[in-house]
Formats: sequence, structure tokens, C-alpha cells
Amino acid sequence: MKQSSEKHIIEEVTAGEYKYGFVSDIETEVIPKGLNEEVIRLISAKKQEPGWLLDFRLKAFRYWQTLTMPRWAHLDIPEIDFQDIVYYAAPRKEHPRQAGELDPDLVKTFDRLGIPLQEREMLAGGGTAVDAVMDSVSVKTTQQEALSKLGIIFCSMSEAVREHPDLVKQYLGSVVPYRDNFFAALNCAVFSDGSFVYIPKGVRCPMELSTYFRINALNTGQFERTLIVADDDSYVSYLEGCTAPIRDNSQLHAAIVEIVVHDRAEVKYSTVQNWYPGDKNGRGGIYNFVTKRCLCKGVASKISWTQVETGSAITWKYPSCVLAGDRSVGEFYSVAVTNNHQQADTGTKMIHLGSDSRSTIVSKGISAGKSQNSYRGLVRVAPGAARVRNHSQCDSLLLGDRCGAHTFPYMDINNETAVVEHEATTSKINEEQLFYCNQRGISTEEAVGLIVNGYAKEVLNKLPMEFAVEAQKLLQVSLEGSIG
Amino acid sequence: MLLEIKNLHANIGDKEILKGINLSINEGEIHAIMGPNGSGKSTLSAVLTGHPAYTVTEGEVFFKGKNLLEMSPEIRSREGLFLSFQYPVEIPGVSMVNFMRAAVNEHRSYRGEKALNASEFLKLMREKRALVEMDNKLANRSVNEGFSGGEKKRNEIFQMAMLDPVLSILDETDSGLDIDALRVVAEGVNKIHTPQKACVVITHYQRLLDYIRPDIVHVLYQGRIVKTGDFSLATRLEKDGYDWIKQELGE
Repeated sequence: MKQSSEKHIIEEVTAGEYKYGFVSDIETEVIPKGLNEEVIRLISAKKQEPGWLLDFRLKAFRYWQTLTMPRWAHLDIPEIDFQDIVYYAAPRKEHPRQAGELDPDLVKTFDRLGIPLQEREMLAGGGTAVDAVMDSVSVKTTQQEALSKLGIIFCSMSEAVREHPDLVKQYLGSVVPYRDNFFAALNCAVFSDGSFVYIPKGVRCPMELSTYFRINALNTGQFERTLIVADDDSYVSYLEGCTAPIRDNSQLHAAIVEIVVHDRAEVKYSTVQNWYPGDKNGRGGIYNFVTKRCLCKGVASKISWTQVETGSAITWKYPSCVLAGDRSVGEFYSVAVTNNHQQADTGTKMIHLGSDSRSTIVSKGISAGKSQNSYRGLVRVAPGAARVRNHSQCDSLLLGDRCGAHTFPYMDINNETAVVEHEATTSKINEEQLFYCNQRGISTEEAVGLIVNGYAKEVLNKLPMEFAVEAQKLLQVSLEGSIG
Repeated sequence: MLLEIKNLHANIGDKEILKGINLSINEGEIHAIMGPNGSGKSTLSAVLTGHPAYTVTEGEVFFKGKNLLEMSPEIRSREGLFLSFQYPVEIPGVSMVNFMRAAVNEHRSYRGEKALNASEFLKLMREKRALVEMDNKLANRSVNEGFSGGEKKRNEIFQMAMLDPVLSILDETDSGLDIDALRVVAEGVNKIHTPQKACVVITHYQRLLDYIRPDIVHVLYQGRIVKTGDFSLATRLEKDGYDWIKQELGE
């Protein structure tokens, strides 16, 4: 009986894999493959960018040419041919920004993903404003009018460059400079679009702001750039979601997210990352190499990163907090799931520069199949930062005996008043737990879902409500058939 | 007949534990299974509920006329077979409420009934909790996590009340219970029992059987049922132990 139920589970997995793997038939403008100064000038020209931004790109590109791809992560990354990637792809009918003028196929695509782009549906749906990014460009930002009454700017990066050049110039690259790392340099050279958010002094953003990233075109890299600035005493909760079609070739996603938080302001940044993870034999899937960093510049400023990572063939990212302001707070809550042949090397960096700054790290890794899941984290306390506190908790859950979980915590403490704690556990879902659930009538699939969601509860609870429900389902789906 | 076991043999690894069990249980009956340590009592309950560590090598089991051994463990449960575990496992992070809601709704959907909504479900929880005098706090904690031995057993009977099985196997439910808790748990079992249902009580002691009065008492020894009698058999075992049975068997 056991065998037959296992077989049944495996059949289900092969049948019902990645839900968002469809390809939309949208007319796309694509530039030729390859990367050189001409391509960068072409991207900049297509976006009608000012000279300073082209200079920024070219400087980054020249620097990038001097670098080689780093190899220190606990990842097995195939050679990437950077000349074999398309660096700009855009749905052809991108310009009209009015609802109703959008390409109906495009609206349909986002509908299938559960992202309504039509303003009236949005109002019915209530509290979220959406920026939808397809391949290299932002196709639609909703709720702009309602937000602008409060002085909030929420638009695509291209629009921000046109409409708010001073703000962009002031903050772009101020948290992640182009010299930061290999992929950051690449992104600075070729980034196409993304979201820009500015919350003015004293304003609490009344709705969730959300960017939804979708890769559609073939052989295209996605290099988006997000910049969020929260001025003094402001608050915003920002969500990010991502999916991609099923393709046999791997695709590169190298984004940058920069956040600046001023005095007493707070930013909550939540991600549900569900890029196509590749098939069960490890073919295809997104390489997700992202640099995310927040500068808590002001006193008592606060950033909270929450991420649920279930997708991508390879995930390589460390959403980080530079806690420069005195009494600033950094939080990182993460659930990273790997199944089949997926690999993840993810974690965070807490750089304490301000006195009385505090940070919390809760990382829950879940490995199944033949996957490898690593937590890598750095806690650094600068000599001048007094009375810093950090608490890190890194748990790993293993399903089956062919996967791996690894923890690489680094600490660099240069002030003796700091209190830094690190806890780590590794556990396995055991047969007795599953049998106990089975005996109560709960199927093995559902039991795994229950147990995994229980394990990840501390992190899921940090997500906004609708997102938490989606994330719970996602955890269950991405682990289907992992017990066997 | 509710359960019919014919010549059941079962192994764990290469070791044969059950060596030809024959047992019939009718609706309304309460059976006690007694026997010295290592005689195969817990193995019998594990095999009946489909624990994957055991392999059935011979024999047949019919539950409500259906071939039990062909069913997965969860189908056996949904068909109305319940095991109160001797050592209930802990499931960290999964609240009793979520756990039971999943279980109850699986049972309901198996019977073609609609899932209970939140308020109906909580009402059912409250009702059944009262049967075993279980604290509301326990219901909100993770499954068995940090429960005392007694609380775990009480929780098993609570789950039994929630799932309303036709055949319940209580595997040493009395171990680790003080006399007050024993009474509460036993009374809970009695309240759930009806003439349409049956119950198998596995125990070492007559103590529990004073509260849950069996109709039939079996002695399991070295993987076989070697003696069957009425309540007086339990009394004699309590008084004299098992040596006289071993002598009867010529050992």
C-alpha cells in the first residue's frame, strides 16, 4: 500500500508542476543578443534617458568588463555566456498608460497571474497598488492618482527618470553602487525598468504597494531596478512577486533593490519569489542573482525584509541592512524552499554602524529532493556602534535523504558592548509524524504541507494577509511529492 | 461483523512478530488484549492501521467487509479506524486546531460532506473537548508539543471523539495516567461508545478495564492469541500474572 501511495504522489507531481509556466503571445520588441557599449547606448536611447544616466551605465559597464564572475557561493553554476543574452525586450504596445489602451493579451497575462491591471477592478479589489513589469519594461502602474494626492510617488523607474530626475539622481546607486559586485555592475549597465517609490515626510502609505515581475520573452535577461525612499516619519509596505514561463534554457535575473529609510521611518519589504525553478531533472529555470540592500540612514529608522523563496533554479541573494542610524532596526525573515535540483545560497547581512541599533534574523530553510539549501549571513558591528543587539535563528528542515542543508554564519564584532546571539537547528520530517497524520485521515501530501507551514509559521506571519495565504499554498505545491 | 482477522502474519524487517492472529469483533463489543511485554500487542495495532515499517506476510483482514490491507493508512482512518497511540508524536508549529480541522474535513470529504466552516468547527471542538475535560489552552497549542504524558493521552481520546470512529484501538492508553486522569479518559471513551461501534483496549492492567468493561478478553503471547475469555480472565491475570498460561502452553 505504501508503495502505491508513493507512486501516486510522484504521478501527481509530474502532472501538476509549475502553475505559472505559460507563455503569452504578445508582440515583443527585442534587440539583438549580446552586450557592448552600443547595446547600452541603444537601451538608453530607447528609454530617451538623460546624459547623466547614460554616463552612469557606461561607467558601470566598463567596470564590469574588468570583473570575473565570483564563485564563492555554495552553488554549482554553469558557465553563463553573457553575449548570448538579450538585454532588452518590451511588449510593443507599451506606451499608452491609460487603462483600456493596454494590449488585451497583456491584461490577460496578468489576469492569469491574478494581477488585475484595470483600475476599476483594482478599486473593487481594494488595498493594493500594482506596478506590473513584463520583461524589460513596466507596463502599467495602478492607483497612481489616489497616491499622488498624498504626495506619494509610485511609478516605473523610466517614468521616475523623466518626471523626478532629481530624486532619482540623488538616490540611484547610493545604497548599491555600481562597484558593489559583479551582478550589481551588470545591472547598473543594462537595467531596463522597475519601480520607484517615494514616501514624503510624515505620510503613512494607506495601501500596499506591489510590483509584479514577469519574464515572458525567450533568451532574455531581466535586470530590473527598484528604488524606495521613505522620508522622515513615513511608512510603507511593499510587496514583490515574480513568475516566469517554463523554458528549457535557463534565464538570468539580476536585479537591484535599493531602499533608503530616513529618521523614524519604516519600510516593510515582502517578496514571494516563484520564478520557474526548472523541471524535475534540473533542466531550465531562472538564475536569480539579486542584490537587495537597505540603508537605515535615519535615527530609529526600520527595515523589515520578509521573503518566501520557492522558485528559481539557482537563488543567490542576501537582502541586507546597513543600520547607520542610532537606534535603527533591521529585520530579516526568510523561508527558502528547494526541491528537485534547485540550489539556494541566501541569507542576510546586518551591518551595525549606529549605536543601540538592533537586528533580528529568522531563517527557515527547507530542502527536499536532490536540492542544496544554504544560509549565509553576516553580522558586523563597527567599532563606534555601542550597545548593539542581534539575534539570529537559522533552522533547517530536511525532507528525504538526498538533499543538503548548510549554514554559514559570519560574525565580525568590533565593539565589546554588543550582544550577539546565534541559534541553529536541523530537523527532519520523520515517518512517525507522517504516520500520525495519516492515521487521522490526513494524506501524506497534506501532512507535509501542514508540517512545513507549521515550521515556517514565524516567517509567514510577517507577510501581509493575502500574501501569507498565497505563500502557504506555494509551500505546499512546491514540495509536492518530496516525500518518497 | 466489524473486523475479521484471519491468520495474520507480520514482520518488522526479517523478524516475524505476528504469527497467525485470528480475531473477530462485532459491533457493540469491547475487546481487551493483554499479554506480557514483547508479545506483539503494539505491532497488531500498527499493522491494522497500516504503519509502513511492518510488512504483512500472510493472512487477511476485513473491516466492514472490505479488504483492510489494501487501504492506505489515511483511507483506513476515513473508513472509521482509529488508533490512540501509546506514544503520540509531537508536531511543532502545527496547532491542534489546524491539525484537527484538516483531519475532520478529510473525513467529511471522504463521506461526500461539505467542509465545516470555522464557527461550526470550533463548536464541535468545544463540545468534544468537554468530553475529556481538556483545557482550551491545549487546543491552541501545537500538536502534543510540551504536553505532559497525561495530556497526550487525553488529547488522543479528544481526537477520537472528534473523528467518531467505528473501531477504536486504545494502545496502552492507561500508561502514564494518574487515577483521576484515568477515570476522565475512560469516561470519555464510554461516552463515545455506542452499540454500532467497537473498541479494542490494549493494556497490561485490570485497572483500566474496571472503567472500560470489556466483553471479551484475549491473551496475546509470542505473536498469537493463546487464550480468550470473559472479564474473569483479566482478573486472574492481574492476580497470577502470565506464568500459568505459559505452563498451559507447555513451556
